[in-house]
Amino acid sequence: METISILPPELIRMVIAVIIIISFLFLNAIMMGYAERKIAGHVQRRPGPMEVGSHGILQMIVDGVKLVGKELLIPFNVDRTLFRVAPLLSFTPVILPLLVIPFSEKLQARDLNLGLIFIVTMGSVNVMALLVGGWGSNNKYSMFGAMRAVAQSIAYEIPILLSLLAVVLMCNTFSLKEIVAAQQNIWFVFLQPVAFLIYVVAGLAETNRNPFDLPEAESELTAGFHTEYSGMGFSLFFIGEYTNMFIVASVATVLFLGGWHGPHLPYGEYLGVVWFFLKVYLLLFLMIMVRWTYPRVRFDQLLNFAWKYLVPFSLVNLLITAVLVKL
Amino acid sequence: MKQYFSELYTGGKSLVEGLGVTMKALFSPIVTVQYPREEIDITPNYRGHIDLILDTGKNTYLCISCGMCEKSCPSDCIKVKGKKMEGEKKKSLVLFDLDFTKCSLCGTCVEVCPKDALEYSQEYNLAAFTKEAFHFDILKRLEERRI
Repeated sequence: METISILPPELIRMVIAVIIIISFLFLNAIMMGYAERKIAGHVQRRPGPMEVGSHGILQMIVDGVKLVGKELLIPFNVDRTLFRVAPLLSFTPVILPLLVIPFSEKLQARDLNLGLIFIVTMGSVNVMALLVGGWGSNNKYSMFGAMRAVAQSIAYEIPILLSLLAVVLMCNTFSLKEIVAAQQNIWFVFLQPVAFLIYVVAGLAETNRNPFDLPEAESELTAGFHTEYSGMGFSLFFIGEYTNMFIVASVATVLFLGGWHGPHLPYGEYLGVVWFFLKVYLLLFLMIMVRWTYPRVRFDQLLNFAWKYLVPFSLVNLLITAVLVKL
Repeated sequence: MKQYFSELYTGGKSLVEGLGVTMKALFSPIVTVQYPREEIDITPNYRGHIDLILDTGKNTYLCISCGMCEKSCPSDCIKVKGKKMEGEKKKSLVLFDLDFTKCSLCGTCVEVCPKDALEYSQEYNLAAFTKEAFHFDILKRLEERRI
């Protein structure tokens, strides 16, 4: 007890939170990878992974072990520093947004009063990682992937910000905890359905998921920005992508689907996390289904859709919201 | 302007319909066969390597060791040898070998056989580590099927 009491309690809290979050991040990547492959299989009327463990449940762990065991190949003539930094740059910033997401009323590492801005900022660092990785690889496919990632992110950050801003105008705060608390009576998805739709579509593009997975378009660019990566370099990109999906889904849950609110549970201030995860994984399920349903859009189609539909709609939506709030 | 909104409507509708299709497929039964664990019956028209037909009445082969199959084989992969045993009128087979590494499954041997003594086997699990594993002793295969 003596040693614990001399440490600042806030520090201990943060360390515990970060440890839980990082371990959760790996667990999430494993679960999502398994779900993705299983759902992909069943959509195509085949069983998916079946060999390792009952119904292939250990498949992702075995794959992880394989990836850890692989050699980190560094191709000839690459920018060694950038090449090594890129996977870390993709993996590290995705941990930080999880610190400000309120999983339930009391399960939140830190309630920043600028939480939403913090998440959006950290989300855009991921694009930087793709650019660095693609540029550093000294490979035309990687380069194309990186360029596409940047053009795509410029097009899609704007509708994301505008749709989130509509919610912020309604509750007059950037703190995620207060936004969830404001949805006690009615979820914002019912008040802001357009903003929700725009956010989900733009969120798919933000996470480079199909049908907007142009930076890694397998059929055109081999593997896009991570063509040259093997072993853990590749898996860090992979974990980063799945965590990004989780963050996009959690932000949608926090801002539109009422976060931890749901039918009453005992110890509601902690067990609200059940409702939170239920909503998040429903959204992630939708994202996986979207991936296995739609073909990839062409690049001009993607930009047309962003600039001709998403941006005007989110602007009009924001304007209407602002007028209604003022009235 | 009208086209702008109609495109949005038809596009959105088709996207939702597409999701419906995959959602239906997600909950439909699986159609693939889990091969090593499940096997499906292969069609009787399947043309594997040749086999001697077992005449169930006489409990032996129909082959008269004429060597037509050996002569007609374009890949030279059949070897037939017959020998007249003591006290027998016809030749009996002493050797019927097939070198399956060279066989092109053309079926000329089956067609040319005057006694219709050859058939296609139904075997398709053919994998081995050595070349010699594909030198089939067709006569021995027949002996094994004998009752």
